[in-house]
Amino acid sequence: MSASWTARAKDLGFRALLLGCVGLCVLLLGLLLVDIVRDGAGQLSFDFLNSFASTNAGQAGVEAALTGTLWLMGICAVFIVPVGVASAIYLEEYADSTKWWNRLIEVNIQNLAAVPSIVYGILGLAFLVRGPLSLGNVVLAGGLTLGLLVLPVVIIAGREAIRAVPPSIREGSLALGATKWQTIWKQVLPASIPGIATGVILALSRAIGETAPLIVVGAATFIAFNPEGLDSQFTALPIQIFDWISRPSNDVNNYKPLAAGGILVLMILLMAMNAVAIWLRNRYERKW
Amino acid sequence: MAEQVTEPRQDSKAEPEAPLRRPIAARRHMGDAVPERAEYVFELDGVTASYHGKAAVRDISLRIARNDITALIGPSGCGKSTLIRCLNRMNDLIPGASVEGKVLYHGQDLYADGVDAVEVRKLIGMVFQKPNPFPKSIYDNIAFGPRVLGMKDDLEDRVEQALRHAALWDEVKDRLKTNAFTMSGGQQQRLCIARCLAVNPDAILMDEPCSALDPISTGKIEDLMLELKKEYSIVIVTHNMQQAGRVSDRTAFLMVELDAQEKHRTGRLVEFDETEKIFTNPTDQRTEEYVTGKVG
Repeated sequence: MSASWTARAKDLGFRALLLGCVGLCVLLLGLLLVDIVRDGAGQLSFDFLNSFASTNAGQAGVEAALTGTLWLMGICAVFIVPVGVASAIYLEEYADSTKWWNRLIEVNIQNLAAVPSIVYGILGLAFLVRGPLSLGNVVLAGGLTLGLLVLPVVIIAGREAIRAVPPSIREGSLALGATKWQTIWKQVLPASIPGIATGVILALSRAIGETAPLIVVGAATFIAFNPEGLDSQFTALPIQIFDWISRPSNDVNNYKPLAAGGILVLMILLMAMNAVAIWLRNRYERKW
Repeated sequence: MAEQVTEPRQDSKAEPEAPLRRPIAARRHMGDAVPERAEYVFELDGVTASYHGKAAVRDISLRIARNDITALIGPSGCGKSTLIRCLNRMNDLIPGASVEGKVLYHGQDLYADGVDAVEVRKLIGMVFQKPNPFPKSIYDNIAFGPRVLGMKDDLEDRVEQALRHAALWDEVKDRLKTNAFTMSGGQQQRLCIARCLAVNPDAILMDEPCSALDPISTGKIEDLMLELKKEYSIVIVTHNMQQAGRVSDRTAFLMVELDAQEKHRTGRLVEFDETEKIFTNPTDQRTEEYVTGKVG
């Protein structure tokens, strides 16, 4: 009993330290938020969302950037969902992990998830914009580049979702005389959709904030039209924000509030996507 | 997506049609002096099932009669579950599993070349230790089997018949669209039995179907089994000797053989006979010790 005083003091001290670390993180984030909201809240209006970029700061808006981002996300999703889910099914259900090539694929996918995004930008430039596909610096190339970037995230999340379906479900289905494919298509996939959807949304919310690869594949910084098709030039929210921040401001044209407003729009989109992911996860969480 | 290299099937003499035929229900040789239970659903001859080359059960030979309930009993680790999973080729799904010897199903070797495990499982249903309903509605649980097997006509009738057969209809008829996980454990297990009946199998394998259930639910499942044996042949693995005594016609007693040098456990068949004889007057000393509770 006598040793408890020092033990308790240590315990208390350690707790205080941990709390301090958490507090520091939250404080920094909070300061950042407050600063941006103070600068940018005044910008948020229907006009801001509905105006194109302009050399006149008073009339500039994010319309082209916002629609560009939505186009990118759409293309990215159309690409990553089938490819990512199919890869996850192969690796979880078909690949024999005792074979070296399957293990090699696995290790590579883990590594690809950690490759810096600029590298994907260069890949996109070399293979999609120029080179074999020569798509040009269009929205399709941008969306596919972002897709390549987040594909490993989708595959990893998809595999986890598929692995979470208990083997007893597969056995029950196979014991009825269903084939392996019927079992995967009608039992395993439906049961893992919430997990896969969560993974896809989280992947998209990583893609939505990416700037570097888009600069490399040639997103335009100043554009006054929305993408009209897959072969249109485009810009995106992070690019637009970057552009506004990098412009010299003066009393007549102050771009700083515009950048803050753009950040707020991007952040609201991001938070909405994460909210959907969390909702999906809680709504369909299963206890087997 | 190559999972296994399978040889092309319709190359030579092999019949392209499913090699497994559904046995005709009443194929009795009336008139001949055929002893009772002359017809066998399964005939096992020298069956050894191994995992990664190590035998889990060795050299099992026994004949399982039609419309019987055949119980497999024995201590843990004696390979009862392994043995029952050989009967519908569920062991194929376990990496490293292999089966030697002959498993005849109505005279056809289940492990012969060209026999498709999927076809086998259409005819031989299985109920597992832990109820494993699909994460779907009660209706969809039953309808899943008929749907994937292409039995789509009169699906609602089929579902109702299966549920009535499993004595579950009255309990669930008003909530067919609710999720199967809302049912009690015993109901879930009867749902799994109904699910299996819906595809109209010939034999039903039950791997300790009551081990996760309370006595009342267990009683209901046992009543159901006695009802079902009129139409189906049932093989049941059970830990519970009273259960084997209550429901089964014949009982096989398996025992663990410990190989001193290799420290490896292998299941061997000790005795297979009428259940009454196994429990009252067994031939083998070890059987007597086990059923009277002296060992195990």
